[in-house]
Amino acid sequence: MTMLELYGQSFESRILLGTARYPSPGKLAEAVQASNTEIVTVSLRREAGGSYAGEKFWNLIKSLDVTILPNTAGCYSAREAVTTAQMARELFQTDWIKLEVIGDSESLHPDTAGLVEAARILSAEEFKVFPYTTEDLVVAEKLLHAGCEVLMPWGAPIGTARGLNNEYGLRALRSRFETTRVIVDAGIGLPSHAARAMELGSDAVLLNTAVARAEHPVRMARAFAEGIRAGRNAYLSGPMQPSDMPQTSTSLIDKPDLRQ
Amino acid sequence: MRIIVNGETREVGSQLLSEVLSECGYQQTHFATALNGVFVHKHQRQSTRVMPGDRIEVVTPNAGG
Repeated sequence: MTMLELYGQSFESRILLGTARYPSPGKLAEAVQASNTEIVTVSLRREAGGSYAGEKFWNLIKSLDVTILPNTAGCYSAREAVTTAQMARELFQTDWIKLEVIGDSESLHPDTAGLVEAARILSAEEFKVFPYTTEDLVVAEKLLHAGCEVLMPWGAPIGTARGLNNEYGLRALRSRFETTRVIVDAGIGLPSHAARAMELGSDAVLLNTAVARAEHPVRMARAFAEGIRAGRNAYLSGPMQPSDMPQTSTSLIDKPDLRQ
Repeated sequence: MRIIVNGETREVGSQLLSEVLSECGYQQTHFATALNGVFVHKHQRQSTRVMPGDRIEVVTPNAGG
């Protein structure tokens, strides 16, 4: 199986896993192991003086021996996202950033204009930007010009578990930017959604809540790993094209004549 | 002087950011800071002056998707 290359780093696994909303730190650690992920997403949040909650979480993440992808979740402007990314770089000692600039608090749609602006600023500051975007081809082009080497189109709005809302759009994105890494992010609810994203030629899938909020997160993490592997293998196998005309799979040649 | 730390109004006597943070109980080493929405690198905290009404943000690692 070919490796996943992201900004000069190689990974065997094609699942990126979020670290939020697990029933316990122990379940998070088990789910990370079960998923075989090599990349986890994290965030940064306010902490009161004298509290060591952040340090405890950081020690847990470090013990997992995975690559860290900090996010700018909850940012509503390019300026806010840039400052968050700068703080994340110092805190997590990585120039990787999952760039989110949200435009609408209800639908959580990305603000793609703000996203491009922030991507341009951060790329100039030598960040490796993973932009959370839509399947819009023009925005994608602008993100690549801004310096991004990866595109992260949504499957569906964040936290909806609706799967792939626009397969046509994702196929068009794959086809238009053949050599760009495409990671489907957000809206994934089931392993079949993730498998479908991979069948369409996505390079990887990023998810969180579908695992964390499952009744059995560790088992679900394993199911996602299997689904993503199956989808990738299917894509590489060159699937047959659908047809409107039925066709027997068993040959009719040399069929015995059993007429009475 | 009166400043705002992580959204809460605080009365502090120090003027340098590094000292204000200590005064507010930030003894741990693993956090990042911003002053009035602008990132302040950890090496700049000792030379960054805090003015009345300034907004300081102090963040640490957290779970995220």
